[in-house]
Amino acid sequence: MLHGMNKPFAILGWGSVGLLGAAAVGVVAVHRGEPINALWLVAAATCCYALAYRFYSRWIAAKILALDGLRATPAECLENGRDFIVTNKWVVFGHHFAAIAGPGPLVGPVLAAQFGYLPGTMWVLAGAVFAGCVQDFVILLFSVRRDGKSLTEMAKDEIGIIGGVVAYVAVIAILIILLGVAALIVVNALKSSPWGTFTIAMTMPIALLMGVYLRRIRPGKVLEVSALGFVLVLAAIWGGQYVSQNAMLAGVFTLSAPTLAILIMVYGFAASAVPVWLLLAPRDYLSTFVKLGTIALLGVGIVALHPTLHMPALTRFVDGTGPVFAGKIFPFAFITIACGAISGFHALISSGTTPKLIARETETRMVGYGAMMAESAVAVMAVVAACVMQPGIYFAINSPAGIVGEAPSAAAATISSWGFPVTAADMQALAHAVGEQTLYNRTGGAPAFAIGMASIFSHSLGGETLMALWYHFALMFEALFILTVLDAGTRVARFMVQDALGHVYAPFGRTSWYPSILATSALIVAAWGYFLWQGVKDPLGGINSLWPLFGISNQLLATVALCVATTIIIKMHRAKYAVVTLAPLAWLVAVTFTASWHKVFDPNPRVGFLAQARALAAGPVNGATSRLIFNNRLDAAVTGILIAMVTLVLAESLRQWMGILNGSKEARVKESPFVRTRLAEEQG
Amino acid sequence: MKRIVNFWRILVAALQEIFDEAAYARFLSRNMVAPSGEAYADFRREFEEAKVHRPKCC
Repeated sequence: MLHGMNKPFAILGWGSVGLLGAAAVGVVAVHRGEPINALWLVAAATCCYALAYRFYSRWIAAKILALDGLRATPAECLENGRDFIVTNKWVVFGHHFAAIAGPGPLVGPVLAAQFGYLPGTMWVLAGAVFAGCVQDFVILLFSVRRDGKSLTEMAKDEIGIIGGVVAYVAVIAILIILLGVAALIVVNALKSSPWGTFTIAMTMPIALLMGVYLRRIRPGKVLEVSALGFVLVLAAIWGGQYVSQNAMLAGVFTLSAPTLAILIMVYGFAASAVPVWLLLAPRDYLSTFVKLGTIALLGVGIVALHPTLHMPALTRFVDGTGPVFAGKIFPFAFITIACGAISGFHALISSGTTPKLIARETETRMVGYGAMMAESAVAVMAVVAACVMQPGIYFAINSPAGIVGEAPSAAAATISSWGFPVTAADMQALAHAVGEQTLYNRTGGAPAFAIGMASIFSHSLGGETLMALWYHFALMFEALFILTVLDAGTRVARFMVQDALGHVYAPFGRTSWYPSILATSALIVAAWGYFLWQGVKDPLGGINSLWPLFGISNQLLATVALCVATTIIIKMHRAKYAVVTLAPLAWLVAVTFTASWHKVFDPNPRVGFLAQARALAAGPVNGATSRLIFNNRLDAAVTGILIAMVTLVLAESLRQWMGILNGSKEARVKESPFVRTRLAEEQG
Repeated sequence: MKRIVNFWRILVAALQEIFDEAAYARFLSRNMVAPSGEAYADFRREFEEAKVHRPKCC
């Protein structure tokens, strides 16, 4: 693979990258006892990505996919100036990365840090280069070769009607669970936080101002107004400290978890049902602006400040008794971290907008494989942010009151008894430093990430005096980010339901028919709102049951995507190379099926939904416990239905593969016909 | 110097695509209208209709 006159230099250069990578991975993997520097994680990740991109993705592109630079893409063949547009590869890369990078790669690694920094880091690196990047790359290429068809359409065409239906239902299910858990993260981040709540509330009038600017003053100048909005948000963060210090204002903005949950549901319904582009579009832009800026800032910050990781490589909670979520390292670490390693949701984006922008087939490697590597790097940053904290502080923030107790002294004593010393005075001082009343029981990952990010930056930029501002900046960044996922996700799910109901009663399919909009919006918000409410009322903090459910559904969607990819590879007569998608598929099947079995049937009430329902039923039953019992049974049923559906897709895929391999089925891919590109000639 | 200019150009183009400024420019050119508040409102309406198909990742 190393050609040309520079072969000796290439061998020397890539050999050095390999050696450095091996050394860095070795340090990360075997070092025990003393804290290590975050730069080892950065070096391990950089070398792994460089080697994987240079050799593995190139091998896949050449041997399996046979990327053809002379084949016209849908962006060229179907160019319409609206959806299908020939676009520069770096621009598509940026666009694709902005669409796949959500709160997932930040939250998952923070939660999985309860096992130590090692499991999360290893899964993020190996999962990304062997599974996530491969999935995004092949699905993008296969969609490009099918006029930009979606994953559900490809599943129907290549696997059969069962594949299509399951993919469709899995998408709706994952959206609903994702929206419920995302809303719960915002609630847990903002509850009893007048500063944080004020900052997020202020993004509404700021977005309205941005909307007026875009409409009346400088139409279409989004970058300009986003920069202006960002300055106003910074002013709101700065002003938030005065709100939290003022007794009357602090009272107004100090909201309980149930109140915040209701407000978020009202917001979600309004965002889906009311034509509020004046508010939502600028908020979306503001969120993207802050997201890209913060990720870049955090990357530079970690490299420049190279903090020390205080979390051990492995904690005692690898045995499944962790307070953040219950369950052993296998399979739970692998469903807790989805987006940073492999996420089925990415397959929707790789078969959504992106394939319609790709100018040349050969660019799918950089966009599909490369953007997922960048997403994985964000997850590595989240591991660093979670692990720079003293472990005692990490566990005090992320442990629910149901595990460590309500009283600060009791919580500190419980966590210290696990071998992670922390005192109530430490926690009080930290809460004071970041302008919060308390940092106990702030499950969900967002507050812990905010503390980690604030502590990285406050050590050099502004010192302790700016700690509170950095903390609230990080909190605002995540909450704003999640709220835009909430409103966009609710609308996408609403549209999908309208589409399906339109087959039953035609007017329901019309996206402009108001009764349909109201009914389907209410249905979607009620569905994710139910999961949110369940999480808010859960004595174990909600994350313990909802995040694994989200992880399972997301990884099951990846299973469907890899079934589609494997089927196509076999139909392309590349069966001997199908291990490239079969290996991650087999791993995901092992992970998701094992995790589902534990979540449904495990006899430990902290792990198994049915065991928890039984334990609750054995005690005194009142209205609240009846609801908890029902919720646990519902979660078990949802998990069971998801697994049953994916089993159907797997069986159907296997039937296809066996049929093709033994010659009883025709191996015919449903690609668009070859059209020679004009772009190659135009570009000389 | 040329490389820096090229990098800057691509960065700006990527940001314009991410922030839909490029989509607005294409809308203006497709409909042959001048930039204005009304044109931007029409663009947003059309864009929002199309956007319901586009999921954003978690």
